[in-house]
Amino acid sequence: MAEVKNKEARIGVFVCHCGTNIAGTINVEAVKEYARTIPNVVVADNYAYMCSTPGQNMIADAIKEHNLTGVVVAACTPRLHEPTFRNATAAGGLNPFRFEMANIRDQNSWVHMHQPEEATEKAKDAIRIAVAKASLLEDLIPKSVPVEKAAMVVGGGVGGMQAALDLANAGIKTYLVEKSPTIGGRMSQLDKTFPTLDCSQCILTPKMVDVYRNENIELLTYTEVESVEGYIGNFDVTLRKKARGVLTPAEAEARGIVGGGCTGCGDCATVCPVIKPNPFELGMAPRKAIYIYHPQVSPLIYTVDFDACVKCGLCVEACGEKKAVDLDAQDELITVKVGTAILATGYDIFPIEKKFEWGYKNYDNVITSLEFERLICASGPTGGHLVRPSDGETPKRIAFVLCAGSRDNTGVGRPYCSRFCCMYSLKHAHQIIEKIPGAVPYIFYMDIRSFGKMYEEFYYRIQNEGAKFIRGRVANITEDPVTKNLHVNAEDTLLGRPIDMEVDMVVLAAAIQPAAETERTRRLFGVSCSQDGWLLEAHPKLNPCGTTTAGVYLAGVCQGPKDIPDTVAQAEGAASAASIPIHRGEVELEPYFAQCIEEKCAGCGLCVNQCPYQALSLVEKDGRKVMQVTEAKCKGCGTCGGFCPGGAIWMQHFATPQIVAQIDAFLLGGEQ
Amino acid sequence: MADENWKPKIIAIICNWCSYAGADLAGGARIQYPPDIRAVRVMCTGRIDPLFILKAFQDGADGVLVSGCHFGDCHYLEGNYKAAKRMFLLKSVLKNIGLDDKRLRMTFVSASEGAKWGMVMSDVVKTINELGPSPLKEFAR
Repeated sequence: MAEVKNKEARIGVFVCHCGTNIAGTINVEAVKEYARTIPNVVVADNYAYMCSTPGQNMIADAIKEHNLTGVVVAACTPRLHEPTFRNATAAGGLNPFRFEMANIRDQNSWVHMHQPEEATEKAKDAIRIAVAKASLLEDLIPKSVPVEKAAMVVGGGVGGMQAALDLANAGIKTYLVEKSPTIGGRMSQLDKTFPTLDCSQCILTPKMVDVYRNENIELLTYTEVESVEGYIGNFDVTLRKKARGVLTPAEAEARGIVGGGCTGCGDCATVCPVIKPNPFELGMAPRKAIYIYHPQVSPLIYTVDFDACVKCGLCVEACGEKKAVDLDAQDELITVKVGTAILATGYDIFPIEKKFEWGYKNYDNVITSLEFERLICASGPTGGHLVRPSDGETPKRIAFVLCAGSRDNTGVGRPYCSRFCCMYSLKHAHQIIEKIPGAVPYIFYMDIRSFGKMYEEFYYRIQNEGAKFIRGRVANITEDPVTKNLHVNAEDTLLGRPIDMEVDMVVLAAAIQPAAETERTRRLFGVSCSQDGWLLEAHPKLNPCGTTTAGVYLAGVCQGPKDIPDTVAQAEGAASAASIPIHRGEVELEPYFAQCIEEKCAGCGLCVNQCPYQALSLVEKDGRKVMQVTEAKCKGCGTCGGFCPGGAIWMQHFATPQIVAQIDAFLLGGEQ
Repeated sequence: MADENWKPKIIAIICNWCSYAGADLAGGARIQYPPDIRAVRVMCTGRIDPLFILKAFQDGADGVLVSGCHFGDCHYLEGNYKAAKRMFLLKSVLKNIGLDDKRLRMTFVSASEGAKWGMVMSDVVKTINELGPSPLKEFAR
């Protein structure tokens, strides 16, 4: 282990053209010829696509023919094809960890396209560096660990619910964690869904009931993730069950209250004297301090808002013999063990008042699209009658401002397309034409992005129904102080002239952004995010549900804006991916473990505190103290190895002699 | 003093999860930057023994770049904090032995910051070009 055994290293080098991706910039023939001169290299070859079957066969054949001890492929990036070439190395009868990759595409030919000579020199150096490491690589055996037969889904919107249902129906115990008192998410706030005009609640509530009734799903509403420990197959997730103040029938029974617990009758809310704005209705309707968000909540259990509650006890009285209300409830921490986890944390609405020129929150009759959804919804605060907030009148002329905060490079809004605003605004236009006789929707747009199945047809339908489309970005909106009507100022870019249009109401199709808790949650699970804060998938094309943290997957808008069908499809993909390790029963961990070189270890114990995973400990051996590694806990970061003052830690696959050999090969090896 | 044909020799030791991925992303986006830097991949910047960097300078490196995840984003929770502490200490050592501490640089580039990687590359090369060859070069080999 401590001593590198490959004294007679025999390395094969394979240079990939990647079509013209590499060969168009780098002189691959010259690189191959150079590779033949590098010490320890016994064979060097090149091929159009090393990752193809013939390319992989070249590697396997060369290992056998030349009795190779190591393989170097100069091609794309190990983040893409290291597994491919490890398999090819294994097919040749060599331990797969005797493979090293030189990145001459993503970090060379693609970034030095106009400097072919320098790029060729850089490729030669990269191969020399890789050969130096490959000459010192050793056989490693991956460690198999068992996978806990349970999964967790964080977020109870339509994506999280679908993922949980799929996992549960595949026979996997699933914990569905939702921060609010009910599942349903954003979709439960919508009225109709485009382009089919299905009622959102009508298609969502059966799913909510399925989730609630599924015996494999443990539904944890009003619960947040507190901490995450462990790795794929063995995550220990600590959850904070926030004090709900109301007992479920099961909880009541556990306390010995026979036939008790919340039945959702609502007697408590009737007597509650505290009135607060209801966040589900975006503050447009009241709720009590003991409340349910809306009539279709699942589970149908009331919740006490302890920030608002005055603890008068009227609700306790009203509840009577059911004894469901417990005003002394405390938060509770529970820890569950899961094999894999899916994040489906969804989105928030961009605070569109930041685009002050449109007057949201200053002008009464400027509302957001989500507020429009609640106002037009039959179960909403106005019973489905669209009214002006200023005077309760029915608006006749309604302007829709698309890309409100989306596709905005001013630095105030968001640079990306929020993807579903065009379509729901078309649906809103349809709804007012249908519901309000004589009403005209004016849609101010940049482009109409009707990309989905039957979406373009829906766009034509709305045009024919009489909606007016004006291509132009709204510059500003002003309010008539007397009538509270609004003047929309824009340029009609098709006619090439400015417009000042008086309307009764303006609906801003506000951008979306990652939900507020996403940042905290992603850090707990070790998931990266893109510049906009959306969670980062393992590969944008080929692994859109996975993350770089093994065993953690993504579903829905938390990964990037998408509509309901795309969210559900991704949730099903994530559920499938998350079930694979569970059904296999075990996973292989990359064997990049730390090892103690006992002859060198002084037993100082400084490394023990460096390890973030408590994988190191000091043990007595032959009358002295030495460090010992618990491999199942070691994740292979090498922080201990970077710190040990005695050089007594051997990091498998990233050992000190291997890294120093790379440094030397670059700086000393070139012109020898 | 500097050789007309001198070109900087710069080594970058970068973490697998953020900076290496960010460098790959720069490639995907075809962001062009100077070709003077060679990369060595480690799983985490926490792996980087300060002796690696001293070895590189001893070998005649004109500059060393260490690049990892942003604070709070480390794939291994806190390896980048530890690396940053070590680099901070090492910079003061370099200064004390008479080597300009600008020759050692630590940056934080995430997996989504391809453009930033390109800027870091250009900036490091510019800095080392301004500093000229390492005074330790004659000790190399």
